[in-house]
Amino acid sequence: MSLDIVITGVGGQGNVLASRILARAAMAAGLAVRTSEAIGMAQREGVVTSQVRMGDPLWGALIPSGGADVLLGFELAETVRGLPRLKPGGVVVASAAVIVPVTAALGLAAYQEEDLRNYLRRNVENLHLVDAGALAEEAGHPRAVNTVMLGALAGLSIMPFDAEHLLRTVLDIVPAKYRGINSRAFELGRRAVGGY
Amino acid sequence: MRMLLMGNGAIARGAVEGGVQVAAGYPGTPSSEVLGTLAALAPDKNIYVEWSVNEKAALEVAAGASYAGARAMVTMKQVGLNVAADPLMTLAYIGVKGGLVLVVADDPGPHSSQNEQDTRKFAAFAKLPVLDPATPAEAKEMARQAFALSEQLALPVILRPVTRVCHVCQDVAVDENAAFAAPAGRFEKSPDWTIFPGLAAKKHVWLNRQQEAARQLFNSSPFNALYGSKDELSPAGVIACGVSFNYVQEALQLSGISLPVLKTGTPYPLPDEPVLALLRRVDRVLVVEELEPVVEEQVIRLAWRHGLPVRISGKHDGFLPREGEFSVDRVQPVLLAWLCADGAAKGAASGPELPRKEGEAGVHRGQPDPAGVEAAAGISASTPEPPPLPVRPPVLCAGCPHRASFYAFKKAAEGKDAVFTGDIGCYTLGNAPPLNTVDTCLCMGASVNIAAGLYRVEPERPHVAFLGDSTFFHTGLPGLINAVYNNARIVLVVLDNRTTAMTGHQPHPGLGRTAMGVQGKELDIARLAAACGVEFVRRADPYDLEAAINVAAEALAFPGPAVVVMRRECVAVTKSTSRCLIDPEKCLNCRLCIEELGCPAIFPGPEHPEIKGQCNGCGLCAQVCPAGALEEAVK
Repeated sequence: MSLDIVITGVGGQGNVLASRILARAAMAAGLAVRTSEAIGMAQREGVVTSQVRMGDPLWGALIPSGGADVLLGFELAETVRGLPRLKPGGVVVASAAVIVPVTAALGLAAYQEEDLRNYLRRNVENLHLVDAGALAEEAGHPRAVNTVMLGALAGLSIMPFDAEHLLRTVLDIVPAKYRGINSRAFELGRRAVGGY
Repeated sequence: MRMLLMGNGAIARGAVEGGVQVAAGYPGTPSSEVLGTLAALAPDKNIYVEWSVNEKAALEVAAGASYAGARAMVTMKQVGLNVAADPLMTLAYIGVKGGLVLVVADDPGPHSSQNEQDTRKFAAFAKLPVLDPATPAEAKEMARQAFALSEQLALPVILRPVTRVCHVCQDVAVDENAAFAAPAGRFEKSPDWTIFPGLAAKKHVWLNRQQEAARQLFNSSPFNALYGSKDELSPAGVIACGVSFNYVQEALQLSGISLPVLKTGTPYPLPDEPVLALLRRVDRVLVVEELEPVVEEQVIRLAWRHGLPVRISGKHDGFLPREGEFSVDRVQPVLLAWLCADGAAKGAASGPELPRKEGEAGVHRGQPDPAGVEAAAGISASTPEPPPLPVRPPVLCAGCPHRASFYAFKKAAEGKDAVFTGDIGCYTLGNAPPLNTVDTCLCMGASVNIAAGLYRVEPERPHVAFLGDSTFFHTGLPGLINAVYNNARIVLVVLDNRTTAMTGHQPHPGLGRTAMGVQGKELDIARLAAACGVEFVRRADPYDLEAAINVAAEALAFPGPAVVVMRRECVAVTKSTSRCLIDPEKCLNCRLCIEELGCPAIFPGPEHPEIKGQCNGCGLCAQVCPAGALEEAVK
């Protein structure tokens, strides 16, 4: 089987690390893998999109538009921006977190939070909206959002490996002193989508 | 063993397996991680690795190592090759002894570059062989083999990965124990190392002959291979170069079409045998490559020279663009349109007559119609338009000292109609509102010379050039010397954040620390400026706004070239222990902190601005607040 995942978010949210963790987990499960990430200028509070492809057949790292099986959205507006990348009927796991860009703070752009949330609810059939920011705080650190999201994704049982396998990869990669926080974050994410 | 490697890491691993002994480079996205990885592997693998001050220096260091017989690698981004062009063009005539490989990363898109120049074309101009990988795994293999190829031809070889190889991760086989028996290096004196017109005339003939030698080697290169229907006579075939091969294969698979596809990883000089073999069995061929028609033009020439009645399509007849990055989305509709195109094509097959695999048709996993590529994007055809999405450009980080430096000069120059010339680095982001302090940006080190040129035309107007510490060493210094020599009344502001921030925090001469972590001499920018003859040189801490504004005002008033070094560490490498808090009692909600600074940590709230978690407590907003409502607190 093959699985194409698009991760969208804002620079600094740990989007690239999440992509690498998924890739390592896939590799450890014996699958071929490709990722493509925005590195460099985009990281400075800009839009960051990562793509992870696993399984067979596998050519380039870029997922065709409207071809992703899963959209993992780390930020509300960026999740909506990423929707055209999703295939019809694809799964959206979205963090409810809102990061207002400077353009909106300066009044140069609008951030219509309520409208964006409603848009997702009305138009995405397979939507899992997770309060990842609060769950990360609960786990012990606001920056554990990416692990909460990986837990939520794992909780849906749509990956070509099980949740424990992904958790092991997470704990393998993060520094030893953060294993407790990441473990809790992963479990909270998993529970948030009813993954038990 | 297999490792998850980013293309740049794979190239470094390939270089190690290929026996690299000396590596030098200058950071530039998307190339930077090649040298960073080599530096990390250096102690174990007995390699010498350096960040050089610029690409010209890096290439010359590598050339010296190669003259002495060592295998050497140079890394840079595409525009870096312009800086290294002077040594490169003549090194091609002199030739090399130890294998010399240039890794020049191209950036179709462009994602993080000031242009989309195509290094394959540069390679052809310099008459040097170039390798164009499709994947990290292939990039690793090319890097490994390139040293031997370079020695065989006695020419530098260029490895040209694009962003979608450099920054793509793949599961790649790595040989941890690969050993290369490096010969003891020694420079053997010979007149052949000293270029004079007489030698150049002789070597030019040799260099031209090497083009054919390289072409012959590429005829049997594993980086060229035929895919798809091999036996039957097919009406149409594709030639795809580098990453475009991936998009062609996936597009054909999604469309359920089988065609012969010649993948080429050696775009210059293009091997004639595999290309002629394809041209002789098809009526039409589509050449798919990003950017310039480097392969396409060679294919056309080859078909013409051999009198082959094959119709060649690509960029010259408008099927494919010469700009931007390709993807399956861009290639698939072109492939289908080209297959369906009739008219002048001799014996052209229409789409439905083409061989199709059983049970596969249409675009994107079973969707029926080729025109539906656009419609396929999205969740369903009936989905309404989303609410307006806020634009989210990259911005200077919360607490970035550049913001404070820009603001200080903006305040000091208020009412003076100053021009702010910018340069290449994070600080190019100072162009955005509300700072608006980058009026020009051209290339590395240009800020100071552009300011000097503007001064010649409008001597009454203040001209302030901004460049970073690493850029100062890269190509800023000659410009400063030129400004002093020719007495240009400009202010050069060195935004000294003690790192090469934009490309991932590489060290530079101002820090003394080398790529391999050795602590050496720290070059002091202010003392260098003074030694260049600048009579007004001041240091300031941009976090001390009032002092910084005063220094800026003095510099603007100085009747000659002036230099201000704004020194404060990059927030991305320092751990801040403080943050700013708003006192709601004192806050007037005047929003000056938001509107003056554009800091991503400050947002409008219902009653008063709110400060978010990414605040680093730089204190700039507190110094801007007219009501004293902002103050620093321990995190």
